[in-house]
Amino acid sequence: MATASASAPEFSSTHGPLLRVNAVTRLYGERTGCRNVSFDLHQGEVLAIAGESGSGKTTLLNCIAGRSRPTAGTVEYNLRHEGLRDIYRLSEARLRLLARTDWGFVHQNPRDGLRIDVSAGANVGERLMAIGDRHYGRIRDTTGDWMRRVELDTSRIDDAPATFSGGMQQRLQIARNLVTHPRLMFMDEPTASLDVSVQARLLDLLRGLASELGLAAIVVTHDLAVARLLAHRLLIMKSGEVVESGLTDQVLDDPQHPYTQLLVSSVLQA
Amino acid sequence: MNSPDHAAQVVGVHAGDSAPATAAGTTSFQGTGMAATAQGYNFAYLDEQTKRMIRRAILKAVAIPGYQVPFGSREMPLPYGWGTGGIQVTAAIIGPNDVLKVIDQGSDDTTNAVNIRRFFAATTGVATTERTTQASIIQTRHRIPETPLAEGQVLVYQVPIPEPLRWLEPSETETRRMHALEEYGLMHVKLYEDIAHYGHIATTYDYPVRVNGRYLMRPSPIPKFDNPKMDMNPALQLFGAGREKRIYAVPPYTRVESLDFEDHPFEIQTWDECCEFCGSKGSFLDEIVIDDAGGRMFVCSDSDYCSQRRAGQANGGDAVAAQQSQQSQQSPNVTGVPGVPGVSDRPPAQPAETASS
Ligand SMILES: Nc1ncnc2c1ncn2[C@@H]1O[C@H](COP(=O)(O)OP(=O)(O)OP(=O)(O)O)[C@@H](O)[C@H]1O
Ligand SMILES: [Mg+2]
Ligand SMILES: [Zn+2]
Repeated sequence: MATASASAPEFSSTHGPLLRVNAVTRLYGERTGCRNVSFDLHQGEVLAIAGESGSGKTTLLNCIAGRSRPTAGTVEYNLRHEGLRDIYRLSEARLRLLARTDWGFVHQNPRDGLRIDVSAGANVGERLMAIGDRHYGRIRDTTGDWMRRVELDTSRIDDAPATFSGGMQQRLQIARNLVTHPRLMFMDEPTASLDVSVQARLLDLLRGLASELGLAAIVVTHDLAVARLLAHRLLIMKSGEVVESGLTDQVLDDPQHPYTQLLVSSVLQA
Repeated sequence: MNSPDHAAQVVGVHAGDSAPATAAGTTSFQGTGMAATAQGYNFAYLDEQTKRMIRRAILKAVAIPGYQVPFGSREMPLPYGWGTGGIQVTAAIIGPNDVLKVIDQGSDDTTNAVNIRRFFAATTGVATTERTTQASIIQTRHRIPETPLAEGQVLVYQVPIPEPLRWLEPSETETRRMHALEEYGLMHVKLYEDIAHYGHIATTYDYPVRVNGRYLMRPSPIPKFDNPKMDMNPALQLFGAGREKRIYAVPPYTRVESLDFEDHPFEIQTWDECCEFCGSKGSFLDEIVIDDAGGRMFVCSDSDYCSQRRAGQANGGDAVAAQQSQQSQQSPNVTGVPGVPGVSDRPPAQPAETASS
């Protein structure tokens, strides 16, 4: 099924965008989740999706991450040797392999992204075992390395995640995803569950890792400060549609759409 | 299906069971096996349509080694904990010419084994035996006989929980998908946790295996000592889970590998002691407390194996003994460290005496 190597088996081609989202619409019966969203994402690029509650951010993210098939439109990912391929035309086995090697997904609630019943080390090592690593010592070494990189105390490697603080659980979730060297990370409100002081440290860590590893990422947030700190580019959503997009600083410093202007000013007021 | 010859054979091979009212049993069949099958019941209790349905499930299971086939499990006149899955499998395959052996923890004499044997004696009139070599069907809970099985024999396991991934993934839909896509990393997460917490793989019973390089399978709660016996076994191995309504199989001569890590290879239990009765160093030993002062001794868990060895020794080393010594050369040579059932093993005293899957 997979090689015994710890690195991701799917490398993206260096040509063209890493990801192409083309006119993606997701309906829930009569209700609109998101409508007609298109954009390209390049290697190493961080994109934030912002907007009020119910604007369709999570719906869009799940469509892009292969977790929810769009009602219309395509999501293409740049596979090695194959170039852009519609992810919903891959076999289920291939899509799941892609999702746990070349991609990562960080949930708002760490309990959704962690195995709470097994040790921190097992959480980080799981992906390695899933792609066929069968050497305990090597798995353990790699796990320790990633715990250090997300600033977790390696002496906690055998402790249950339930004994970790919220910030530590989020860092564990990130390490668990990065262990296969993914090219693309999806994050849904990664800092929203944390205290403000803890948020700042985690954002710092995320920004450092993304640039160091050349990670591309799509970060959903309702917090424009998070977008400002992490993202090169920003999409503003309202009622399921993208109303404005561009370089983050440009959108935030000189918003064009009245809704964006409102969002930015309400942030300033807060 | 129930000739007088048969009845005679029953008495001849296993007279002990036909004596009425010898043991407290939960079934109404005790003591009826001597002369005729119980009145008013179909051969082997189940109706022919149900047996055909179970046979179809068995055929599918044999065709896809290690794959769990759902079947319409029936109520049996025994509680679930008594192995109704195994009983239904046996009922579906048994014929009038079969010779049945039933063991529980390696012994033919426990209440569970006695009752199941009686049940089939009563409902089929087939011959029963305690001799592994003479049985055509062996129904078992918790052990594989020490005496190597042969082509043509069928070993029927009673399975409490069939799904190896259940411990971490409660969703049946999700575990089925994991089997379909061969996503078995989770099983190694369990072994990883063992090593992280105990320094070694502490799982000693129901140790997970990969069948024919494909399906992950629970071997039922046999000791991991027995795992190597499943590999390339000439006998057909059938597994029945009554409560969970699943049947699975390992056809003859099929690869069965115990999961492990390269740097923590699979090892079987070993003992410093040898059997107090027969002196065996190559069989699975039970520890028995013999007095209030904490005195203990070790004896073979497989009572037939032990008594055959003793019979052989009494005859001054005959064919049985020769067969045993040949067998202990094939099977992993086991001496060394105590492995009290249910308690995890200490490190092997002699590194060579382990079996890697
Ligand atoms: N499973 C679902 N079934 C029906 N409607 C849904 C479902 N999920 C989302 N919706 C609807 O789709 C719209 C977009 O929801 P979505 O969860 O994507 O918003 P969001 O921007 O992530 O909001 P929040 O900031 O509160 O997380 C909403 O109107 C929501 O009610
Ligand atoms: Mg959301
Ligand atoms: Zn013995």
